Amino acid sequence: MPRARVLIRPKEGILDPQGKAVERALPALGFEGIEHVRVGRVVELEIDEPGRLGELCEKLLANPLIEDYEIEQLDGVA
Amino acid sequence: MRWGVLQFPGSCDERDALAACERTGAEARLVWHEEHDLDGIDAVVVPGGFSYGDYLRAGAIARFSPAMEAVGEFAASGGPVLGICNGFQVLCEADLLPGALLLNEDLRFHCRQIDLIEEPGGQLIAAEVGQSTTRRLSIPAKHGEGRFWAPEEVLDELEANGQVAYRYAPGQNPNGSARDIAGVRNEAGNVVGLMPHPEHAVDPLTGSTDGLRVFEAVAAAGAPA
Repeated sequence: MPRARVLIRPKEGILDPQGKAVERALPALGFEGIEHVRVGRVVELEIDEPGRLGELCEKLLANPLIEDYEIEQLDGVA
Repeated sequence: MRWGVLQFPGSCDERDALAACERTGAEARLVWHEEHDLDGIDAVVVPGGFSYGDYLRAGAIARFSPAMEAVGEFAASGGPVLGICNGFQVLCEADLLPGALLLNEDLRFHCRQIDLIEEPGGQLIAAEVGQSTTRRLSIPAKHGEGRFWAPEEVLDELEANGQVAYRYAPGQNPNGSARDIAGVRNEAGNVVGLMPHPEHAVDPLTGSTDGLRVFEAVAAAGAPA
């Protein structure tokens, strides 16, 4: 079955406190010069009809009001 | 009049909500998430908790339950609906209320008594309509994902339409909500949601009975004419 990966992240301009917390933790570990950290999530799935991925994202996987998503089709299957 | 209080796997405040409903002098029953119809119910509460474990996003999965489909129809026909905490999140996910609720700004789960300002929009249709005063309510809040957010133009619209129902009192916004908004209602005025928990403030034993007002306003909207 075709596999796909969906990347979901908070929209630009919306405060992402998880990203901020990660960003603040990094210098303590010696990682300097890092900014604009955003934390999102990845959903991997297998789907019979990859054409429905957009609908799936809009209705459930992402909340389009607050999140952007990118669909990545794996296996090179369209 | 009879209330229906929804119960999802993971709900945890439905019993207190039921007790609060009964204190308005009405009957109340739980509505299991698999129920399809709300026959004989005059007002609905979508209670707090962690419906379906809050997996994916708070409220994202609950909105597809049979009971929530029924609530959508009930709301469309003008039935009064009150969403509390997780219930507010569910109503936003279901597009029955505007905006979204995000992780608290400071990433902490807050649990404390706070002061709420009840805006004129906090009174549903029948209750004291036209009254333009605000009122201060002492009600507990307990949540990790309560930061109300909507695009600026939507916020302006909510303010202009009187759809802001509750605000955190100055200096008491626990989560970074836009414009201190703690609760909103829909344009028609029959659906209202808020993050704090009026059902935990209905008995003097727990320090405040201000939460009853919230239930009474909804009951007044649901009472048969």
